[in-house]
Amino acid sequence: MGFKALGLETFGVDNAQEGLAALKKLTRESDDYAIIYIEENLAGELEHEISRYKDSPTPAIILIPGRQGSLGLGQNALKAAVERAVGTNILGD
Amino acid sequence: MASTTITPTRMVLNQLKGRLKTARRGHKLLKDKRDELMRQFMDVVKQNKALRLRVEEGLTQAFASLQVASSIMSPEMLEQALLYPRQSVELGMDFKNIMSVNVPLYSFKTKNNDPAEIYPYGFAQTSGELDDALDQLSRVFEDMLELAQVEKTMQLLAEEIEKTRRRVNALEYVMIPELEGNIKYISMKLEENENATKVRLLKVKEMVLQDAHHYQQ
Repeated sequence: MGFKALGLETFGVDNAQEGLAALKKLTRESDDYAIIYIEENLAGELEHEISRYKDSPTPAIILIPGRQGSLGLGQNALKAAVERAVGTNILGD
Repeated sequence: MASTTITPTRMVLNQLKGRLKTARRGHKLLKDKRDELMRQFMDVVKQNKALRLRVEEGLTQAFASLQVASSIMSPEMLEQALLYPRQSVELGMDFKNIMSVNVPLYSFKTKNNDPAEIYPYGFAQTSGELDDALDQLSRVFEDMLELAQVEKTMQLLAEEIEKTRRRVNALEYVMIPELEGNIKYISMKLEENENATKVRLLKVKEMVLQDAHHYQQ
């Protein structure tokens, strides 16, 4: 995809199993990756694996919208964090 | 809430009083920490919200441009054009300390500083739409990096706030009341003992006097 031209490393996957394998490879077998961007439609199926890294400083796993546009998962993560800290959703949406 | 294991002696009473004082001070400190963390957190959340909107919008646009480009060019050509990146990004990582929470700070260095270097292909065989798409993507990328930083900061702060809040509540609603209860229990018990001793002494005095002088009250 286009990110490759920017100098990022890209890993194309076709389904959730491949995604999981790729993610595990990036997170467990090396410390070289500080930020991992995952498309939302894939991330929805890898939630369990992603949430393992929520509380560790590295790597940062960031959801980005895929080709279909935003699914709102990234914004959900924001809401979840607020809810966790404050105890209730104070953003009002 | 006096538990059965405490012994009502003055020594334990003093110990408990010391612990209560420490608990009160810790509670105050933790409460301050929580408030400050919360203030920082709210800033980060606002930042994050704005950034995320910007990134999602930018990416959607960039992907749309890419889609246009891929509909104009054949898939093989597109793949070939993007196959070997000329640009590479090096990500530096540092930590910043916010209220004893280590949050990441990213800095990135591109190998080529010339902005035109993002196009890893010759212009002759590719369409202009692809150039546009890559241009948009490269601009979004800076925001994406910042988003990563802000979002991670937010998650780490959220975790820390949760922990601190738990501690504050545990001190406020469990530790401190329990200590206060124990202290009250001991001081009451001590008072009772004192009274018992006094009464016993009076009684003994009476008996002694009666023995000595056949004294009648």
